[in-house]
Amino acid sequence: MPTRRHPGTFFIVPAVVFVVAMVLFPVGYTAWLSLHEWSGSAVRSPRWVGIGNYAELLTQDPRFGYAVLRTFFFTAIAVPLEIVLGLAIALLISEKFRGQHLAKALILLPMVATPVAIGMAWLLILEPNIGPINTLLRSWHLPPQPFLGSGRQALLCLIAVDVWQWTPMMALILVAGLATLPGEPFEAARVDGAGPWQRFYHLTLPLLMPTIVTAMLLRSIEALKTFDIIYTMTRGGSDYSSETMNIYGYVQSFEYFALGKASSLLTVFFALVLGVSLILIEVRKRWGTAVA
Amino acid sequence: MKLRSTRLIGILAAVCALANGGCRKTESSAPTPGASKKFAGKQLNIILANHPWSEALAPMLEDFKKTTGMELTISHYPEDQLSQKLQIGLTAGSNRADVFMLRPLQEARQFAENHWLADLLPHAQSDKDWNWSDFQEAARDTVTFDKAVYGVPVVTEREMVYYRKDLFDKAGLKPPATLEELKAAAAKLNDPANAVAGIVMRGQRAPSVTQFSSFLYSFGGDWIRDGKSLLDSPQALTAYKFYGGLLKNYGPQGALNMSWPQGLAVFQRGKAAMWIDADVFYPNLIDPAKSTVTTTVGFAPFPLGPAGAKNYNVTSWALGINESSPEKAGAAWEFVQWATSAPVVMALQQKGVPGARLSVWNSPDGLKGFPEAYAKVIQIQVARGVGHDRPRVIKVGAARDIVGEPVVTAIQGGDVEASVKKAHEQFNAFLLQDK
Repeated sequence: MPTRRHPGTFFIVPAVVFVVAMVLFPVGYTAWLSLHEWSGSAVRSPRWVGIGNYAELLTQDPRFGYAVLRTFFFTAIAVPLEIVLGLAIALLISEKFRGQHLAKALILLPMVATPVAIGMAWLLILEPNIGPINTLLRSWHLPPQPFLGSGRQALLCLIAVDVWQWTPMMALILVAGLATLPGEPFEAARVDGAGPWQRFYHLTLPLLMPTIVTAMLLRSIEALKTFDIIYTMTRGGSDYSSETMNIYGYVQSFEYFALGKASSLLTVFFALVLGVSLILIEVRKRWGTAVA
Repeated sequence: MKLRSTRLIGILAAVCALANGGCRKTESSAPTPGASKKFAGKQLNIILANHPWSEALAPMLEDFKKTTGMELTISHYPEDQLSQKLQIGLTAGSNRADVFMLRPLQEARQFAENHWLADLLPHAQSDKDWNWSDFQEAARDTVTFDKAVYGVPVVTEREMVYYRKDLFDKAGLKPPATLEELKAAAAKLNDPANAVAGIVMRGQRAPSVTQFSSFLYSFGGDWIRDGKSLLDSPQALTAYKFYGGLLKNYGPQGALNMSWPQGLAVFQRGKAAMWIDADVFYPNLIDPAKSTVTTTVGFAPFPLGPAGAKNYNVTSWALGINESSPEKAGAAWEFVQWATSAPVVMALQQKGVPGARLSVWNSPDGLKGFPEAYAKVIQIQVARGVGHDRPRVIKVGAARDIVGEPVVTAIQGGDVEASVKKAHEQFNAFLLQDK
């Protein structure tokens, strides 16, 4: 037995080294820095402030509280929409029809474009004065909208872009899930006279649940961390109305040079994302299996 | 191949050293003043912003390399990424950047505070041919703090009015000479039915601060006096109300999400009668591939306010040297000295990049690169104005978010007085910490 265990240990060494260097060290360093105050100076080393940064974030900084709420609001609206739309698209393109391959390829386009390019393109589309959407609205005699230039609409616009960008990935995962469903229950249901809606509600949905929950888990973690489209389109504006935790962390470190405070913010953020992931993994254990 | 050429350069360098720099004059026709083979074979890493200055300099670099025998590795970044890239590299104590572009008013003090920038004063004093006193006083002032010089000014800019000559003529208006006339013109030309705004300016919180600054100064206000916030002055309140009011009443849709790219786009597409922003953007307006107002755009100096002619006149970009670069007193300075020498600045300015040297501005050749109407305005504005367009503090980013807030409130039509009061208190608290 020991001879067999030995090479096993040897083979996992690269993975362990990788995890330590690329995951544990940055996380540990960030946690360490979060207890200090530092502007990046080459001569003045970080100054110990204990939990001062955390206390400041939680008690004296209203921007932080709002950023937390916005981060969760963004995810809570975007991900369910992506799942519902993704499921609808998945069901449609799983049916056999002419041009099916072309349709699949077209639907994937938003996902393969680079996020910054997407941000720039939507910035133009949503431009209130020269953008095509307001030009259309004007030509239908509807009032033009400020979109990203409005504290009320900016975050909603960003959610819409996120939905546009990531629904295809949901559809893709769900198409794969649909393809693995067993055929027999559907045949039996058809023989018993179940209609399409009944088959969807009583068979497809429960059988697909593990895939849906997994997709939701993956996407939620990513959605909480969204940075690129928000940074390119609004930088957290208008009037902080789309400033999520990630954006605020960026501002603290690269615009305010407050590396300690930024680290404490990111540590809180890390804990929150980890917490949400654990909850979702638990949900997956409970709901994601053994339905059929 | 590379090895061989390096060796060849080495031999050449040795020959030159023996000849006591005698081969300098015979080498090249491009401007390479003062450049010698002293540092032949040295390798320099240079980090530049994507900016007309770097674009105009690029074709001259080959001659510089040939003349000096130095090797240059140059990387370009958009301005925000540049700042971020420098911060990461310099925080890590890296000496991979020897020379880099930086924004003196935005990040230089923090960089200096962090000991990332070499003090160039000894060079400025000793290098008489290069002539530090030929740089505009405001520009020298911008890069000097605590009696050290942290960069050499390469690009200067001022706030100006871009206006539509056709719309002004039709309405029988003259370009605004005072802030009152500016407001009247914006009101008269605002035409929401045809989706043409009276005026477009920046409305995003932090970006708007620099363009608001000329308004603040023109009404007689400023940011700081003796280390205390001056935002509670009646002049500041008037200026905030005026700037925000212009955008609220006569501005385009969605002004709150506008910085210069958005304002530029709106004006380029003929959707505004006036655009007030930095004077460096004019090439984008007269380029037929980008603009629909190439022939109708007019240029005017920043209007006079109750306190007189107080446009900002600042150094927006400088070249700095990394404090931990082994070449900081050698090859790195050689490059900076060349890139900021009078003949190079002249060549760059003839390509339309406004520099900081008085001798270039005072020579008719120095104005050749600009359209005539534009050159007239810029010449007026170079000779006057205020040398800062944002609070001169260490953590500029945080300060801009504080002092920009009342601009946002004013555009939204909120309670400007309350917002200014809050900003004043926050700014005072900030100034106590910003040391």
